[in-house]
Amino acid sequence: MSPEPTNTLPSEESTGERNNTSAVNTVDKVARRVRVQPARSAQGPRSKVGAWGLGLAGLLLMAALPLLNISIPGILPTPTYQPGSLQLLAMCMLMAAAALSYHLLIGVAGLLSFGHALYFGAGSYGLAIILNNFGLPLLPAMGLTLVVALALSAVTGMVALRVTGIPFAMVTLAFAQAGSVLVRRNPGGATGGEEGVSPDAAGIPDFLIGVANTRNLYWLSLLTLLIVIVVVTWVQSSRAGHVAAAVRENELRVRVLGLQPYWAKLLIFVVAGVLAAAVGMVFVLLQSGTVPRQVSADFTITLLVMVVLGGVGSKWGAVIGGVLYTLLDQRLSAFANSIAVESLPAILHVPLSEPLFILGALFVLVVLFMPGGLTGAVRRLRERLSANSAAKRN
Amino acid sequence: MSTLILLLITGVGLGALYFLVASGLSLIYGLMGVLNFAHGAFLTLGAFVSWEMSRRIGEGTWLTFIITLVIGAAVGGVFAALTEFALIRPLYNRHIEQVLVTVGLSLAAVAIFEGVWGTDPQYTKGPEWFTRTTDVLGAQVPNDRFVTIIVAALVLLGVVLFLKKTRYGMIIRAGVENRSMVTALGIDVRKAFTLVFTIGGAAAGIGGVLASHYFGYVSPALGGSLLIFAFIVTVIGGLGSLAGAAIASVVVGVLQQITNFYWGVGDFVVIVLLAVVLLTKPTGLMGKTA
Repeated sequence: MSPEPTNTLPSEESTGERNNTSAVNTVDKVARRVRVQPARSAQGPRSKVGAWGLGLAGLLLMAALPLLNISIPGILPTPTYQPGSLQLLAMCMLMAAAALSYHLLIGVAGLLSFGHALYFGAGSYGLAIILNNFGLPLLPAMGLTLVVALALSAVTGMVALRVTGIPFAMVTLAFAQAGSVLVRRNPGGATGGEEGVSPDAAGIPDFLIGVANTRNLYWLSLLTLLIVIVVVTWVQSSRAGHVAAAVRENELRVRVLGLQPYWAKLLIFVVAGVLAAAVGMVFVLLQSGTVPRQVSADFTITLLVMVVLGGVGSKWGAVIGGVLYTLLDQRLSAFANSIAVESLPAILHVPLSEPLFILGALFVLVVLFMPGGLTGAVRRLRERLSANSAAKRN
Repeated sequence: MSTLILLLITGVGLGALYFLVASGLSLIYGLMGVLNFAHGAFLTLGAFVSWEMSRRIGEGTWLTFIITLVIGAAVGGVFAALTEFALIRPLYNRHIEQVLVTVGLSLAAVAIFEGVWGTDPQYTKGPEWFTRTTDVLGAQVPNDRFVTIIVAALVLLGVVLFLKKTRYGMIIRAGVENRSMVTALGIDVRKAFTLVFTIGGAAAGIGGVLASHYFGYVSPALGGSLLIFAFIVTVIGGLGSLAGAAIASVVVGVLQQITNFYWGVGDFVVIVLLAVVLLTKPTGLMGKTA
């Protein structure tokens, strides 16, 4: 902790204004400390330890799943130790991680980007192209991909952040569209056009290849999700994260305070881009290939739907939304092809056999009737319950 | 030289399509601050319904073509008005949620189109004259280009006349300029919202019919692909400015055609143009405020 300027306040009996503001700062800080401290000592540590314990237990359970034989009919296609379920679960975790990186933009900085798929695609295509063309081993190739993604998100972010709000959304969309067009064009045979591209097996270690090694890929996905959670938590509680959150609430005030919204937003944008690229890299290993859809506006919209389903502004909401969406998408496709749906009359059969229609309609309903998504609904429910029990006690 | 003329006219035709989408987007954004992702769905529905109708009443005649234009406009307009009424209005003044709702609608709508008409392109057939070419200074220009340009120009003229000469047009123009002032004067701007959505949807529906002849097919992805360039056009032209949208559409369309033909980089040039405009003039060519 660096000593705050407030320490020098008594000795430096200088002119009014600065003095004044720092005095106000001190008062504010003290007030905050006073207010926060008792609350924490009352119930803070126990619930914090509880949350950590719960998180650790959940992590251990997830890590142990490939070694266990658990069947959840209706949700998982096979018992958990078999590749089918592991693949699905790994995909859920990667999508949760991708949604979490998107949460940094929309939930923390309030930036509605429609081009996040570009950075995910930079990770997945970047890694495949570097592995195929430069003959590097996996780890250096990953490092190089991240550097490329960093540069890409920094350059595009610098341009896009010249505007805010809806124009920002349009500009990011345009950049992602450029990426999408480039990938489909198949320049120099590198991206494989509509077919997509598969990374050359030569550069990838054996334990990450093949159906038999799905559990290693599962663990890699779990690790990715964990890293993304840690980085997002860290960025969110960092100084830049606080500035970005303040910009989301009121940009003018942040500027009046002498802070620079642009750089805070750019930092968040770049971190989100690099995280998305990292998830994209693991994605290409898990799927052993990538297709143009992963760079398209549709994919960004998918991430947006995940975050909104879970609840905008909530970190765990993004994770839950990502997992839920992936499971729904998977299960709805199975549902769409089921005999029950086939036998319905056309007017019901056509919409129900399109998973995207159900997801789109669900999304509209959530936006209209469930502000705050799932986490918002849970919070309201909990508040109502606690209000009820308080009323009973009185 | 003749190639250049062909590219110019084709580019203006493409620009005309962009304009039909961008005009609605720009007016809606200018008045309501809503970025309408469902605008492509209005266009696609207009195109599909017109295609169905033209098959029923017999393809390939001028009468059918004109009827389909009317149907396209009606379908697009009604769909848009319903969207505004059922989805946008309940979220009054919550811009991000409004955008999200239109995103959801476009997802669901495209999925329904795929369910009903399939993912493959359906080929359209216009009047026989469309397939012929006209000699312009030595260039053989396909006739459907002219039709696209003329219809788009008529739509532009109609919208401008409506905005300048009628009372509702005046309210819309005033609303784009300063919405809170119009509300403060006791005018119900929300009627204007529905109206702007209807006009935008009708223009997009006409655009859908024209696009189905310009490209020669209808597919569920038709609207989405035009929508992205229409977004770019709206930003370059300046959000809320009809004239800006018209100029930017033509510039983007022509630039895209020419660079695509000679170097195959049309889409990138457009995006570079967008970046340059944003870096030098973030409000766009004719926009007032960011």
